[in-house]
Parts: sequence; structure tokens; C-alpha cells
Amino acid sequence: MIPTTYYIVLSALLFIIGALGVLIRRNAIIIFMAIELMLNAANLAFVAFTRMYGIIDGQVFVFFVMTVAAAEVAVGLALIVAIFRTKHNIDIDQLNNLKG
Amino acid sequence: MTTELILFFSLALIAIITGLGLLISKNAIYAALYLVLNFFTIAIFYLLLGGAFIAMAQVSVYAGAIMVLFLFVIMILGAEKLGKSNTVAWQRPVAIILSIILLIEAGYVLFWRTAPVQAAQTLPDGFGGPASIGNVLLNNYLLPFEITSVLLLVAMIGAIVLTHKQKTDKEV
Repeated sequence: MIPTTYYIVLSALLFIIGALGVLIRRNAIIIFMAIELMLNAANLAFVAFTRMYGIIDGQVFVFFVMTVAAAEVAVGLALIVAIFRTKHNIDIDQLNNLKG
Repeated sequence: MTTELILFFSLALIAIITGLGLLISKNAIYAALYLVLNFFTIAIFYLLLGGAFIAMAQVSVYAGAIMVLFLFVIMILGAEKLGKSNTVAWQRPVAIILSIILLIEAGYVLFWRTAPVQAAQTLPDGFGGPASIGNVLLNNYLLPFEITSVLLLVAMIGAIVLTHKQKTDKEV
């Protein structure tokens, strides 16, 4: 049996890679993908603790996180498409005024 | 025991390498494909941890639906590559320093502040299968489950409204 700590360390590493992706990349789509990576890291921690305590509730939470992620991606990509139509760019450094 | 550890470490290596590939790849399509591989390795971790249903949901929802949506939008916009823009020049070094600090904090909390993790007990039959998840989902979490359906409906309507082409005054 692999210790739960290993999974938590892996989850922390993946989360930090995702956070770094949000901070240093300028392409809005890649920033979205980094957010998905962070959500997956949190899910991995949930499932690892589910295995450790033998309670199924953690996997149910993972199910809910997946649903919220799917909804977030649908709305977020629709926003990116709408922004691209008006600005012809999705570089987030260029999107710096509120009035379109 | 050792085969399990070898499997874990090779999968962990793949997961971290694909995460870094997402971080540094210039082309957004390559980044999306790295992320698909990352989701598959995480699905195998779920299988190792006894979550069969969650692993299948991970493959079909994340690696299937969400990443296809990402690739579709990348190709529709033709936004694979963006030119370099440095409006904030000091952002990258500050981001790297902050994430190293976060890593050190996480390591400190995990290794020096937590009690040794107890060994996991053996799991009952059918743990993590569709039957056990559905049982908990429809008994203990019925209200969140129903709210989820409303959330998905709102997201669907929102996506349609946002991408719907509005008629401008010139066209009318």
C-alpha cells in the first residue's frame, strides 16, 4: 500500500504547477487549462483521503467538482469566444479596459 | 508492494512532466494534448486508490468532453500561438519566487507539522463502484445533486447566450 502522504505531495506539486501556469502564461485558454490542472490536483487529494479513511463521501465531492468544472469550462470558453470576436485577441495583457 | 511503488513513481513522473509541458509549451494545441495525458494518469491514480467510477468519469468527462471542447475552441479561434507581450516585465520572476515559497510551505506543513499517516485499512467489496456512489449521492447528497442539475442548465443557457451573434445596428 502506497502511503497517503505520497499522493498528497504529488497533489501539491500539480497544484503549484497549475498556479504557476496561471501566473506566468498570457494566453487565456492556457490559463483555463491550468485552472483545470489545479482542480484535478484537489480531486486527487480528495480521492487519496477517501482511500485512507474508507469513507465514500470524498469521491462524491470529486463528482461535484467535475460537474462544476464542466459548467465553468462551458461558460468560460463561451466568454473567450465572445471576447475574441470583439478584440481579435485573447492575450490577457491586452484585455485591460472594461468598455468593449 | 514494490511493483505498486514503481507504478506510482512512473505515473507521478509522467503527471509532473506533462504538467510542466502544459506550463512551457508555446503552442496551445500541444498544451491541451499534454493536459489530456495528465488527466489519463490521474484516472489511473484513481483506479489505484479504489475509485473505479470516478476514474471512468474522469476519462469520459475530462479527457473526453472538456478537452475536446478546449481543442475545438483553440482551432475555431486559430489562437495556437500568441506573440510575446510583456506589459509587466517583473511578473515572471515574482511568480516563480512566490510558487517556490508556496512549495516550501506545503512541504513544511506536510512533513513537519502532520502526525504520521495511519496505514489504510482494507476496503469493503464494491467500494467506489457506481452502486456505492449512487447510494450516497441519492441518500445523503440529494439536494446538492439536484442543485447540480440547475447549475448545468444555467451554464448551458449562459454559453448559448454568450456565443449568440447579436445583430448590430448596421445589420438591422
